[in-house]
Amino acid sequence: MEKSTVSMRGKHILGLENFSPAEIKLVLATAKEMKTIIHRDIKKVPALRGKSVVTLFYEPSTRTRTSFETAGKYLGADVVNITSGTSSIVKGESLRDTLLTVEAMGFDAIVMRHKEEGAAEFATKVVKHPVIINAGDGAHAHPSQGLLNLFTLLEHKGHLKGLKVAIIGDILHSRVARSDIWGMRKMGIEVHLAGPKTMLPRFLYQEPNIFVHDRIEDAIKDADAINVLRIQLERQKAGLFPSKREYARIFGLNDERLALAKKDVLVLHPGPMNKGLEISPYIAYGDNSAIQEQVQNGVAVRMALLTLTLTGGKESEANH
Amino acid sequence: MKQIIKNGRVIDPANKIDKIEDILIEDGKIAEIGENLSSDGAEVIDATDKVVVPGLIDMHVHLREPGQEAKEDFASGTRAAAAGGFTTIATMPNTKPVVDNAAILRSLKKQAEDTGIVHVEIIGALTKGQDGNELAEVGDMALNGAVAFSDDGHYVKRAKTLLNGFDYLRAFDKIIINHDEETSLVEEGYMNEGHKSAMLGAKGRPTVAEDIAVMRDIMLAEYADARVHVAHISSARAVEIVREAKKRGVKVTAEATPHHMTMTDECVDLRDSATKVNPPLRSQADVDAVVKGLKDGTIDMIVTDHSPHAEEEKDVEYALAPSGFPGLETSLGVVLTELYHKKKINLSTLVSKMTAEPARIFSLNGGTLSKGSTADVTIIDLNKEWTVDEKKFYTRGTHSPFVGMKLKGKAVLTMVDGKVVMRDGKILEI
Repeated sequence: MEKSTVSMRGKHILGLENFSPAEIKLVLATAKEMKTIIHRDIKKVPALRGKSVVTLFYEPSTRTRTSFETAGKYLGADVVNITSGTSSIVKGESLRDTLLTVEAMGFDAIVMRHKEEGAAEFATKVVKHPVIINAGDGAHAHPSQGLLNLFTLLEHKGHLKGLKVAIIGDILHSRVARSDIWGMRKMGIEVHLAGPKTMLPRFLYQEPNIFVHDRIEDAIKDADAINVLRIQLERQKAGLFPSKREYARIFGLNDERLALAKKDVLVLHPGPMNKGLEISPYIAYGDNSAIQEQVQNGVAVRMALLTLTLTGGKESEANH
Repeated sequence: MKQIIKNGRVIDPANKIDKIEDILIEDGKIAEIGENLSSDGAEVIDATDKVVVPGLIDMHVHLREPGQEAKEDFASGTRAAAAGGFTTIATMPNTKPVVDNAAILRSLKKQAEDTGIVHVEIIGALTKGQDGNELAEVGDMALNGAVAFSDDGHYVKRAKTLLNGFDYLRAFDKIIINHDEETSLVEEGYMNEGHKSAMLGAKGRPTVAEDIAVMRDIMLAEYADARVHVAHISSARAVEIVREAKKRGVKVTAEATPHHMTMTDECVDLRDSATKVNPPLRSQADVDAVVKGLKDGTIDMIVTDHSPHAEEEKDVEYALAPSGFPGLETSLGVVLTELYHKKKINLSTLVSKMTAEPARIFSLNGGTLSKGSTADVTIIDLNKEWTVDEKKFYTRGTHSPFVGMKLKGKAVLTMVDGKVVMRDGKILEI
């Protein structure tokens, strides 16, 4: 790992808009080391021994919450999980008071997911000591997902600058898309977006250096990678698309559309998938898919984030 | 009892006065206005280097009584008004319960007399429970002194209901004030739909929701030959629609708030719900259009849409916080700083839109310093520099987007019915 002068110790992880390219590089380099730990027989290092992490999830989640918990445990941190259904949140406790409560218990990091945009930013105003790690806030940001996508791309392509990535599907409601847009552009990736016009933010075209297409074929053409977003079924009820059948036919990633991309195109999906809707099962489990790898890389990236924010990483730890 | 306000620059737009004069007040009425009046036997209020204007009027205030006293009540809200230089405010009916019948209206008038320190006008609900269906007893409320009618906070979804309101109220010569945002376009939204909301992933309230609502209401008012007043106009296209309708002779008037004249959605910071308001803070083009509309007379008056909420309600996740913030104590300072001192709109036009115009349109007492009129007077120090500090607010509302802002210009004395109720920012309790 090249020696970095960047320190992320104490940095709240809110969205990739707040990351410098140097910080992104540091996370990716650290994650590469962390990934070797996952492959060890004894998956435990003492990097975060004595540190405590709480996951505070106001929305259901399988992979992100488990991923953060696993990341913390592999590094020797004590990890506690709070989910909204089994906590005082059901008694109507406010986010502010819940945050103050966990802060008072001495947690060093609060990993939080919330359905409202800006909830993690709000949390930074409430607590003094703990680092806030945003594990998804509404349609705003999912920085660890954005970083694990970059990590996966880097592992496969060997570089990031100059890649062309297509993000297809429900951009409007996607925190993953927004974290990709910020993170990928900062690393010199050309970002192309497409999906049903009802699920593309109307004023996205005003943002510089992104390419918004009406047809997903135009976004996919010559892409080095395609990130397929999950389509939530309740969007149909809201009138944003007519039927699952039509969505699959016009916007789903199938072999024909995949063939428009580069031969070695990498297919990503943040999960959970609706196979047969936004993505064909053959592509999801096929040679171009990195979807399972993304899950493992997610643990590595989250190990990197916890280490870097709680200790500053190896370099600064040695100096303390 | 005699008082004399000496040597102030008197601006009384209703009488086209703008010169250094004295104002003699006797028994709560303006007795004389002129140069070098005798101060014999009168208490002297020195207004040298100050501007003396008719007491300011705000036709769009939420005093929250009855039912939401944690946010505000008549005592705290009228003190905030006096602190901001207002002598007459009109309170909106979206309370708990809604002010949709004469019994509640009369009780509020009594409450205003008992606990208020400025004049309070009551706006009645247009529909029962403000649900947009059946007309409330607007006739009875009109006979009991309702100043106007509004379902403010809600768009009157059914066009037929609004048309009925226009027709029915013709006999009472009362204006309907409309909150214009087409509901299905703004249902989940909490900030302007634009570039910023797109990048934040925030749910948007598009300008077109306001535009089509303003257009529909104007078309209905035109059809019914009725008077309609557009509340807190904020979109450039909506301003254009009002301008065009006025040219056609439609009986439409409009109001705008200090925040929609000065702030854009770039101010939105999801850590603090202070900027959350309906209609939302818009783009710079919209702000410019509102200022232009004020200047050319398309927009008739400045209102605050003073919407205080309790601290515990506002200090939550942005999307979950209620919309609105207090404005009575910042309005004049913001308007003077951003529009007068920056030479966008001249002083007498601004004063007119906070005094003579609302008085004329809503047939209020006040809004002028004419001989014989009620001695509601505000004295302004145009050059007083101050910083907005929510700890000094008289309102219960917190989380104003103007907090921390350095302003130039402030009311230094407020007189209601000849009685000084505020001096140098302090409410005088008697």
